[in-house]
Amino acid sequence: MGSAGMASAAPAIELKGISKAFGPVQANKDISISVPRGTIHGIIGENGAGKSTLMSILYGFYKADAGEIFIGGKKTDIPDSQAAIAAGIGMVFQHFKLVENFTVLENIILGAEDGGLLAPSLSKARKELIALEKEYGLQVDPDAVIEDLGVGKQQRVEILKALYRRADILILDEPTGVLTPAEADQLFRILGRLRDEGKTTILITHKLREIMEITDNVSVMRRGEMVGHVKTSETGPEQLAELMVGRKVLLRVDKAPAKPGAPVLEVENLRVVDEAGVERVKGIDLTVRAGEILGIAGVAGNGQSELLEVLGGMRDGTGSVQLNGQALDLSGRYSDGQSRRARGIAHVPEDRQREGLIMDYHAWENVAFGYHHDPKYQRNALFMDNAALRADTEAKMKTFDVRPPDPWLKAKNFSGGNQQKIVVAREIERNPDLLLVGQPTRGVDIGAIEFIHQQIVALRDQGKAILLVSVELEEIFGLADRIAVMFDGRIMGERMPDQTNEKELGLLMAGVSGEAA
Amino acid sequence: MEKMPHWADVILIPLISLILAAILSALVILAIGEDPVAAVKLMVQGALGSTYGWGYTLYYATNFMFTGLAVAVAFHARMFNIGGEGQAMLGGLGVALVCLLIPWPHWSLALIAAILASMAFGALWAAIPAYLQAKRGSHIVITTIMFNFIAAAVLNYVLVNLLRPEGSMDPATARFPETVHLPTLHEMLAPIGINFSRAAPANISLLVAVAACVIVWLLIWRTRLGYEIRAYGHSETGALYAGISPVKITMIAMLISGALAGLMAINNVMGEAERLVMNATEGAGFIGIAVALMGRSHPFGVFLAAILFGFLYQGGAELALWTSIPRELIVVIQALVILFTGALDNMVRMPLEKLFLRMNRGKS
Amino acid sequence: MDFLTIIQILDSTIRLATPLLLACLAGLYSERAGIFDIGLEGKMLMAAFFSAAVAAVTGSVWLGLLAGIASSMVLSGLHGLASITFRGNQLISGVAINFLAAGMTVLIAQDWFKQGGRTPSLFDQGRFNPITLPFAETLEPVPFIGPIYAELISGHSILVYLALLAVPGTWWLLYRTRFGLRLRAVGENPAAVDTAGVSVVGLRYAAVAICGVLCGIAGAYLATALQAGFVKDMTAGRGFIALAALIFAKWRPWHALYACLLFGFLQAIALRYQNIDLGAFVVPVQAMDALPYVLTVVILAGFVGKAIPPRAGGEPYVKER
Repeated sequence: MGSAGMASAAPAIELKGISKAFGPVQANKDISISVPRGTIHGIIGENGAGKSTLMSILYGFYKADAGEIFIGGKKTDIPDSQAAIAAGIGMVFQHFKLVENFTVLENIILGAEDGGLLAPSLSKARKELIALEKEYGLQVDPDAVIEDLGVGKQQRVEILKALYRRADILILDEPTGVLTPAEADQLFRILGRLRDEGKTTILITHKLREIMEITDNVSVMRRGEMVGHVKTSETGPEQLAELMVGRKVLLRVDKAPAKPGAPVLEVENLRVVDEAGVERVKGIDLTVRAGEILGIAGVAGNGQSELLEVLGGMRDGTGSVQLNGQALDLSGRYSDGQSRRARGIAHVPEDRQREGLIMDYHAWENVAFGYHHDPKYQRNALFMDNAALRADTEAKMKTFDVRPPDPWLKAKNFSGGNQQKIVVAREIERNPDLLLVGQPTRGVDIGAIEFIHQQIVALRDQGKAILLVSVELEEIFGLADRIAVMFDGRIMGERMPDQTNEKELGLLMAGVSGEAA
Repeated sequence: MEKMPHWADVILIPLISLILAAILSALVILAIGEDPVAAVKLMVQGALGSTYGWGYTLYYATNFMFTGLAVAVAFHARMFNIGGEGQAMLGGLGVALVCLLIPWPHWSLALIAAILASMAFGALWAAIPAYLQAKRGSHIVITTIMFNFIAAAVLNYVLVNLLRPEGSMDPATARFPETVHLPTLHEMLAPIGINFSRAAPANISLLVAVAACVIVWLLIWRTRLGYEIRAYGHSETGALYAGISPVKITMIAMLISGALAGLMAINNVMGEAERLVMNATEGAGFIGIAVALMGRSHPFGVFLAAILFGFLYQGGAELALWTSIPRELIVVIQALVILFTGALDNMVRMPLEKLFLRMNRGKS
Repeated sequence: MDFLTIIQILDSTIRLATPLLLACLAGLYSERAGIFDIGLEGKMLMAAFFSAAVAAVTGSVWLGLLAGIASSMVLSGLHGLASITFRGNQLISGVAINFLAAGMTVLIAQDWFKQGGRTPSLFDQGRFNPITLPFAETLEPVPFIGPIYAELISGHSILVYLALLAVPGTWWLLYRTRFGLRLRAVGENPAAVDTAGVSVVGLRYAAVAICGVLCGIAGAYLATALQAGFVKDMTAGRGFIALAALIFAKWRPWHALYACLLFGFLQAIALRYQNIDLGAFVVPVQAMDALPYVLTVVILAGFVGKAIPPRAGGEPYVKER
């Protein structure tokens, strides 16, 4: 069905001159956008480009400092979510807003009940749910409790919630971040049906593939500004990528071929069970050699985080892990971060704000984080040598070009890229035998990405082993000398970067094994 | 960038909170038909106008330094130890046992033993809630509240059934022997020619409390343990990443906290009453909460806040003596301080942050 | 122990359990909505004073009850202001409220009545008097059933029956109405409620207000029904026992009733017997005093079924994407 034909009358949504600042940070600058009725409209941009802020304004979560919103051609004030819902807007957040121990039905009627008693609301909702299922192919058990459902199903509940509230306009914020490619395809089919029924969808994403695959039009955001509106059919990934980052992207990192040496890390039948008793890593075997980067690709939530955490000593596991031929303790006394560091394992964690740094610590305190027992940071048996630590920090800041180079600044006051540089400096300067790296460039600006990638490659060239986990395929292709794909806690297969492509890896990431495909 | 300068955070906000609490207290005094200005004069006169007043002010302040430090150390590990009261009660039991059961040749030896015993008993009483928090995830606030009540029951039992001297109706131990009498400020200052009030209870424990402030400062800001405690307090996942054991830090921080609360007993039990009575703590464990909040969990802040509350306690007692304002006024002031410096912190902070942000914008 | 003694102990159990139950249900509303409340004690105390004071001055216990509820709700409002509007620490706010009540009650009592921080004793219409249920006197001679009906079931003040009715009432409100669904949701995941277009702030204030009303009734019961007037610190830790009962009941209404009856029973026993001679050893009265707290710690430790509080409990709600 042609999108242009449906977009007859006034646009479903029109934003004019929206601006929003959080303290000194200008998240949205004079943004205007027009979304025709009955289309799927993509909004693409890097992390921190201001996409989510814009949509939160549209959903009444934040109040814009300036600008106007028109819904169906009519100027509309959206002071809160209630107003947004009344205006026919439904939103599916990146992190679902569901009550985990309520049933699907209870979640759907929450806030949209008919009358003070629950029973009539529930029976009405049950009937309507069946109708919606038929109309859009959104099957889900109305009596299932949310916490028992998978993420794909939970997302459907969110969509159903919006439809139950008679939403004409659906906003989806990074909906595929937690989905496998197969689940994502299913989602896109549903979105297609919604479009056929005349609904308008806004899809926020940073993934070019999704934009090209499903949208009619696309708007590109960069650093809080709208930098372009194009018809999807009249553009391509290269142009969009350039718009997104503002200059040609270096997709490949300059590096010489790897010269793998002896195995440094040998993992056999590693298993991890999480706090909830769910097995997250289901028997993994892998080897990382000196002088090579093994990249682990996969959709977030398939056990990569747990793999890194076990190797970094943050959680317990079972199986056998050897470092330089000697076993690592996986669940006993020596299965903690201190013991791992003592064995020569450094760790750049996936989440620098929650793990890698103490945001309220000064930069110099963070430089000792994890290595605070190091003799060179001690004045004597009792006290730490803070002066030595600050001197060390200044040196590291210089080498890694941390800005501003002020050891007294708290971690939270550095930009994402500079925070990450502090972490990377701390870990790489330890000259570890094995470096664990998780999402090294998440939320990091382009300049810092290149720098961090170069540092990782430099460490490899010194003959160190590196285990890289990233959900960005581009990063995996750019850095890894060998690629392993994880799905559902297992390694689906290993490939050499020059003998595979995104499509093959995508299938593996979806759990379709190479042999079968 | 920071929303506002550091000094505003540590000085301005507590000061404004204090002023708000003072204004409300003044209104309360007005409402019961007394003159707030006269009341303040009377309090200053009564608490600071004589060595007798100072002696009481410092005696109370000593208690509050210990309990304030106890709460502060736990705060650094992001735990709220409401159990200072119970831990101090048990500390008193430790002191009483040491003083009654062992014939000490000199007070100094007895003091050392009492310090160790009070710390051990206080730590012991904190150990169970700490263990349950660390290992079973039981909310430390609730468990420490429960342990306050259990402590009261235990102490009641011990005093009534075990330690009460024959023939006495009073649920209290016998008087401690003369040899464990701690030097009062009067006795300490007389040799250098200062005539400090003989009747005031302030004693050598004050020096122990000041030393405790210094030691806690060193511990928190200069040692690896302090580094780990603060790191854990800021971010549990971060601690895990750095190989800092949450169980270990929870246990150690609470043991230190309990030990500090227990240590209070050398002042009120050994230094002042010289026997253990029911309710010897008189709520000092709870005042520690106000002191720690007011002092921003920093030992120097705790020191100042403890003296402030010492002043309020002694001044309040004087008020009750000379006017129709009951001692409970101090409880109200204490509540207001906790309210403004703790629970309503944002009410003071948010407008201030906006103000500083506007000033910064004006500059740039 | 004869039959009559048992009846008497159970009768006193009901009377002692009533303030616990009201306060426990009060806490249930608040905590189910995600607002921890360790200030139950203070609210009860404040209500106890104001109900007794107003009843003493006006001679009307009903006016006293209203005054008690109003005073408790003022403190609830303060707790709401601190923990909902200003997103402060709910536990610290609760501590402050307890002290505020402990201080203010004595301060005002002294100013008004000059009787050392107590109110004058209440008589007749100044108290909630026992209600004799229909046929109580007729049935009394009937063996077994008679005394149970006349002594145990009949002859309590209206607030006792109110408290007992509040249990099914709370259950119905929580699980059968829109308000209950939203209340439970806001304690589990306020973001879900917010994005569904329902005001988190409004719901939480409503919960805190109900908490204030119930604590007010609990305090009024203490001062105008269980006893005849206010004395300093008369709640004597009941707010904390109620909190313990709430945890013991795992935040469920019917279980709250059972927990409060159990803890009321322990109090009744402790009141009647100093030491309980079990033959082999003697249980001291202090053990009975400590038992509710010990039981709560055991429950919290998860040795006998883990008590998991509402997931969003204690955390101020901050909007985020």
